[in-house]
Amino acid sequence: MTVHMQSEADQVRLALAAATGRHFHDAAEVETLIRQSGGASRQTWSFDALVGGQHHALILRRDPPAKGKSDREQSVSIDRATEFRVLQAAHRAGVRAPEPLFELVPEDGLGEAYVMRRVGGTAIARKLLRDPPYAAARGRIARQLGEIAAAIHATDPKTLPPLKRREAADHIAGLRRSLDLLGGPQPVFELALTWLDRRKPAPLDRPLLVHGDYRTGNYLADESGVTAILDWELAHLGDPLEDLGWLCVKSWRFGAIDKPAAGFGSREELWDAYERASGRRVDRMRAHWWEVFGTVHWGVICLNQAWKHLSGAIKSMEHATIGRRAVETEVDLLQLLKAEP
Amino acid sequence: MAQDRPTASELLTAVADFLREEAVPALDRADPRLGFQMRVAVNALAILEREGRLGPAADAREHDRLVRLLDRDGSLEELNRELARQLRTGERDERDANLMAHLDATIADKIAIANPKWR
Repeated sequence: MTVHMQSEADQVRLALAAATGRHFHDAAEVETLIRQSGGASRQTWSFDALVGGQHHALILRRDPPAKGKSDREQSVSIDRATEFRVLQAAHRAGVRAPEPLFELVPEDGLGEAYVMRRVGGTAIARKLLRDPPYAAARGRIARQLGEIAAAIHATDPKTLPPLKRREAADHIAGLRRSLDLLGGPQPVFELALTWLDRRKPAPLDRPLLVHGDYRTGNYLADESGVTAILDWELAHLGDPLEDLGWLCVKSWRFGAIDKPAAGFGSREELWDAYERASGRRVDRMRAHWWEVFGTVHWGVICLNQAWKHLSGAIKSMEHATIGRRAVETEVDLLQLLKAEP
Repeated sequence: MAQDRPTASELLTAVADFLREEAVPALDRADPRLGFQMRVAVNALAILEREGRLGPAADAREHDRLVRLLDRDGSLEELNRELARQLRTGERDERDANLMAHLDATIADKIAIANPKWR
């Protein structure tokens, strides 16, 4: 008897063939299968399925079974099943996002997982910001991101799965808790959090769907501009200006610092497009507040990424070095607090 | 006992230059993911080189400023802990010009080590 050790890719291929066949009610053959990103958890696989003579370009999003997430990740990110339903609601509401097709079942053995259609384009900021094919797209992306944000925020909350509501005060408390857990004194972050606490906007009467990680690097774009918004795992209910503020954090300009809106345009271009598409005025003070908040938020995430390595949870030089990027946001915060509108 | 040359800074620079100029191109051809990781490593070595060269004087300046700002003595860690406490409670805030001058100088020294190109 031969003992056959099944590789992870073989296991994924077999399970995908079965699940894809179930979805299309026809035998499915998985033709190519490429692991795109992710560590042990939060995996993305790209594959092509041949079903009844027709090719389908697809993506698998998957959390393998029995891989523990850190407490912090568990508390802020949604599970795959919820992510699938958020994506469904947003896609049906007309948001430019990948079309979610089907969820896998526990018997497939892949853990929490779902399949969506693959959309063309690249998410690599360096290419979008500098490579010749994207020259025309660069002039459009800020405006498109304003329009798409308006569409995300217009998703009817009644069509969404239960999501956590996170307002300004919750976010501030969360970051202070993180700093306390990390333990080292952080004067600039403390200064900024007190500044934010004293000026925090009142919660909205009706909180809206917030993407939660709306930035360059988390959408696909081609020569025509933005093709799909990705990475919905931080979706929650709250203040829609959180997404616009986060998009303007300097770290997401990837060097194009004179283009605050995602590295592609001015804040005014972004806000104008958002206002035209949503019919709601962007309160400038509130938008500034969320940009300051986003800057502290990214700074604390940098420290947390390093902590994942330092605590022994994972062994990763890349995570360790991100800790030394936190100071970039300290530079930005001192600039922002002086530029109060 | 003093070490022979190269100094720590010179040795780190030599290693980083070798990795950047010879190892990175070879890795990029063999395995782009490893090439990327090696760039990250080279960047970390450059941070260490700057920290070894600039860090001690920067720490001493920060300590002097904190002693004056807080009007008490202590280790760098203790003084920063007290400053962080005052900033969380709001006893001090951005309207304090001495505080802001201290933070500007501290962060300028810190970014000069971590990423001098950041603007």
